[in-house]
Amino acid sequence: MKDIGHIISEHAFFSDLPERYCKLIGGCGKAEVFEPGQFLFKTGNKATQFFLVRHGQVALELHAPGKDVFRFQTIGHGGIVGWSWLFPPFTYMFDARAIEQTRVVTFDGLCLRGKCEEDHELGYRVIKRFANVMSRRLVETRLQLIDVYGRE
Amino acid sequence: MSTELLMPQPWVVQKTERENEDVVTLTLAPESSDHGFSFLPGQFNMLYAFGVGESAISISGDATTNGSMVHTIRDVGAVTHALSAAHVGDVIGIRGPYGSEWPIASHTGRDILVVAGGIGLAPLRPVVYHIIENRHKYKDVAVLYGSREPKDLLFRAELESWKDHNIQVEATVDNATPGWTRHIGVVTTLIRRAKVEPRGAAAFVCGPEIMMRFTASELTGRGMNPDDVFISMERNMKCAVGLCGRCQLGPEFICKDGPVFPWPRMSPVMTIREL
Repeated sequence: MKDIGHIISEHAFFSDLPERYCKLIGGCGKAEVFEPGQFLFKTGNKATQFFLVRHGQVALELHAPGKDVFRFQTIGHGGIVGWSWLFPPFTYMFDARAIEQTRVVTFDGLCLRGKCEEDHELGYRVIKRFANVMSRRLVETRLQLIDVYGRE
Repeated sequence: MSTELLMPQPWVVQKTERENEDVVTLTLAPESSDHGFSFLPGQFNMLYAFGVGESAISISGDATTNGSMVHTIRDVGAVTHALSAAHVGDVIGIRGPYGSEWPIASHTGRDILVVAGGIGLAPLRPVVYHIIENRHKYKDVAVLYGSREPKDLLFRAELESWKDHNIQVEATVDNATPGWTRHIGVVTTLIRRAKVEPRGAAAFVCGPEIMMRFTASELTGRGMNPDDVFISMERNMKCAVGLCGRCQLGPEFICKDGPVFPWPRMSPVMTIREL
């Protein structure tokens, strides 16, 4: 069975990360399985974790009283779910729910934040990767918002 | 130049299928059996709604099927509105086929990505038919399709059947409605979920220009050779034979030099705001 450090070293999100850092980050992670419908986290929860999706699919959702749940994005194999653990107020802004059986590596954000504070080189590398994910999501969200198919 | 190129021939509507709220697929047969008809995937015809006008419509049927012609039409203006309202037995003028084809036949032995957005799946459907008929000649194949909402997806039942031919089919929508359990997000997000690795593969892309631009960027950013990315352009076409200049974009006439282009030929002009 592969240890977490090995799993993440093979993952695109952590590609080119030195082995020592993979081991260090792996020390904050554990493998988990979420069944369809099960929440990874809910809006307003203290954000202490993030998830690397190895298989399956996670939906990001918003809800309001008396209205259908608004599912606005899905994240599949290879994706990263959750960055609220990185920034104050360390609170999840959305619900994240598995919509099929989903295997993830769950990372303890407090553990990783602590290691990043101790080793700023590690912190820089982690932040750079999350910045890349955020930048991509921003572009994708903009494309979603402009209703590109309505302009054909 | 032969005047035949500019002379519409009468074709009779054999079948109409409503794909969604504003898209209809027409199957047509020639009124006279005198004129044979063949086309290549990616080409288009000029469809003439008598008394209203002409519009360039890509061919969405199987290039190996003789005797009929299939067009998928989105109702966006006076001509396409008249064409969309056609009934079985109505006569429509057709001239063509015109333009360049998807170079699918010259990409045998390769992994293939078909990336479509909205009505862009229609001109790509003949590519998928070609792959299905020659499946053993291609390696891994994925069809990635994005749409605004689930109700806008074209050829829904058919999309599922393509999976029976060892083709990965993924659909995504920008706005999910209740009951939708598949992907949500722009079509470029499907590229990283495809089993086809962009490096070494060829891609055939059709949809709104913004979507094609971001798709090409994602594919080349993931290692695909830009020369292996092909897009299909749309511009207002009038003569369809490169005479009137209506569809000129930079140095190219979309009707005659295109509509299918290798990405490097279009990318310089697609980022110029004034064009």
